[in-house]
Amino acid sequence: MHFTLNGRAVSFEGAGSRRLLDVLREDLRQTGTKEGCGEGECGACSVLIDGEVVNSCLVAAGQVEGCDVTTVEGLATNGGLSPLQRAFIERGAAQCGICTPGMLLAAHVLLQRTRRPNAAAVREALAGNLCRCTGYTKIIEAVLSCAT
Amino acid sequence: MFEVTQATEVYSTIEIAKGDVAAGEQAADFVVERTFRVGLQEQLYIEPQGAIAYPYRETGNGKRETGVTVVGSLQCPYYVHRALKRALALTDEQAVVIQAETGGGFGGKEEYPSIVAIHAALLACKAGWPVRLIYDRHEDLAATTKRHPGVISHRTAVKKDGTLLSQDIYIVLDGGAYCTLTPVVLSRAAIHAAGAYSCPNVRIRARAVATNTPPNGAFRGFGAPQSLFAAELMVEHVAERLGMSSVDLRRKWMLRVGDTTATGQNLTESVSAELVLDAALRAVAPNRLTAQPPIRHGRGLSLVFHGSGFTGSGERKLSGTVAVAGLANGTFQILTASTEIGQGTKTIFCQLAADALGVGLDKVVLAPQDTSLVPDSGPTVASRTAMIVGRLIQEAATELRDRAKREPLPLRVEKTYVQPDSIHWDEATYRGDAYPVYAWACTIADVDVDMTTGEVRVTDVVTAVDCGKALHPVMAEGQIEGGSLQAVGWATIEEIKMKDGGYQNDRLATYLIPTALDAPRIRTILVENPYSRGPFGAKGIGELPMDGPAPAIIAAIHDATGVWLDEVPATPEKVLAACTSR
Ligand code: FES
Ligand code: FES
Repeated sequence: MHFTLNGRAVSFEGAGSRRLLDVLREDLRQTGTKEGCGEGECGACSVLIDGEVVNSCLVAAGQVEGCDVTTVEGLATNGGLSPLQRAFIERGAAQCGICTPGMLLAAHVLLQRTRRPNAAAVREALAGNLCRCTGYTKIIEAVLSCAT
Repeated sequence: MFEVTQATEVYSTIEIAKGDVAAGEQAADFVVERTFRVGLQEQLYIEPQGAIAYPYRETGNGKRETGVTVVGSLQCPYYVHRALKRALALTDEQAVVIQAETGGGFGGKEEYPSIVAIHAALLACKAGWPVRLIYDRHEDLAATTKRHPGVISHRTAVKKDGTLLSQDIYIVLDGGAYCTLTPVVLSRAAIHAAGAYSCPNVRIRARAVATNTPPNGAFRGFGAPQSLFAAELMVEHVAERLGMSSVDLRRKWMLRVGDTTATGQNLTESVSAELVLDAALRAVAPNRLTAQPPIRHGRGLSLVFHGSGFTGSGERKLSGTVAVAGLANGTFQILTASTEIGQGTKTIFCQLAADALGVGLDKVVLAPQDTSLVPDSGPTVASRTAMIVGRLIQEAATELRDRAKREPLPLRVEKTYVQPDSIHWDEATYRGDAYPVYAWACTIADVDVDMTTGEVRVTDVVTAVDCGKALHPVMAEGQIEGGSLQAVGWATIEEIKMKDGGYQNDRLATYLIPTALDAPRIRTILVENPYSRGPFGAKGIGELPMDGPAPAIIAAIHDATGVWLDEVPATPEKVLAACTSR
């Protein structure tokens, strides 16, 4: 099976029915993508497939044949963190950090589509990603600080 | 008998007595009685329980020796270490426990990881191979411990002018089918049960009972949210009976320097009930816009305190130890078993050490939480990490700096907690200094109640918190915000339905926690009233934000609808039923 992961062509052998989450973490060793529930409720496993936020625990790996997959590892460029990632650090938007990869990807897509979202739009965009540590306040602040 | 109020199997009981409650009631103009109920709550750390066990331990040069190594998602490495030693008959050296990056704990990874570790270790020893054991969410929800549900009754005697004469309080916590840390949870519940108020005559009787449910255990707040929920609503009911504002009544009753608590502890410093009450009241706009039917607005307030550190002689018995080492290359290492679980341990420990050493933050690193490397600084619980362990690091680093002026590196300084002589606690009578110090919070919650559906939306939460000194203000706010939302969830949507002693909604699709859309705007005001023995005056605040929001929300629902709920969660069914039966 072949697809593009964070801009690089990758391939793996095995059943196409395996969860994309497992292929990413186990086969391709991209462990930034997390598992919080395995049933599509928490968003810790969020990745982008052709630019859309998707729960990778619900995707069969076979479905991404030929697709463009982005994980949190793909947000940094040339080893430098993205402005959104830096804002998360500076504003205390990550506590334990397990929701952070999914939050970053969901926020990244929002900011690509809406240059100046308001707080309500940020809440809406992040509603599929659960965080139990932060109360969301600092996550929302961090995303708003990156509006251009 | 599985109904908590009638259960006959008792895990532990506590009685706290101060003054003479009967005499208080005799002198009273009014005696107000009320019973409250609180429900189960799941910690719901986003990373489920998990551990990897290796049937050996590695020594310095990569050699494998007899023993067991466990790497896991956990709060308290030395708890797991003790459990492994006992279960597998290992020596101190043979059992090695290493904390992995941990995706949230909230008390849920205090005790339970010992079970996961032992299971994984047994399998690894049998197989002769490493074993990875990770709970899926369903298993985690179905099997791990929850916040204790409980029933709490109050009888409060007052004079017409509001003078508080006596409090008679009875607490029953549901421990479930096996005894966990339940007796310790009960202790914190009992000590906080009278609330942040000064009362001459108090009786608190508390019991933890066995029922037919999975066991309940540690969860942020550790019994205090349950008993403070009842204490705070009791202030509301007494104020209503007196025809007084509950804020004025709180001002009349609140603890001040020189007052004594229910256990007879004389409060000598860093007492901030009034400070946080004023700060919270100042921070909110006085009036809200009138709502459009069927929505009604309401506002409620609560005032709470929370003991920092272990109860009573806990810190003395534990005598936590830390070390700070100066390495030959000029960098420094902090050695503690206190874990980072999202609350900022790594950052503030390095800040405290760098400051005391007079070096840049980049020169200080935290050694891994690995029991073969670091001393036992105690568990990462009880709002003790910054205040107790942080202070030890500060002391060790200061001594290291002084010694480094005379002696060459490498150097290592160890510090062990010594209970100050001024702290007295009598375990047998429950009299004395229950905690070294208390942190304080006032929470104001605004709600919208939909009168047709009974749905409660918490729109705003403002909390003023006295943390002594905020070592890292952004992270301190983060603790308050996250804890507040956890409490909002407990008060409104987090409900576990039981059937034959099991949980009915044991999946994330059916056990709901607040999303970014459900979460209120949360604002934190940090008030700093330093504590003389905390690092730079800091007190523990990890658990405090769990205490205040639930009673404030119930008071806000009353403000909106005119009905009093006596329990959480305030689900739409309960709100509607209360409104229609009125
Ligand atoms: S792990 Fe995929 S949504 Fe929770
Ligand atoms: S930072 Fe821990 S779940 Fe979001």
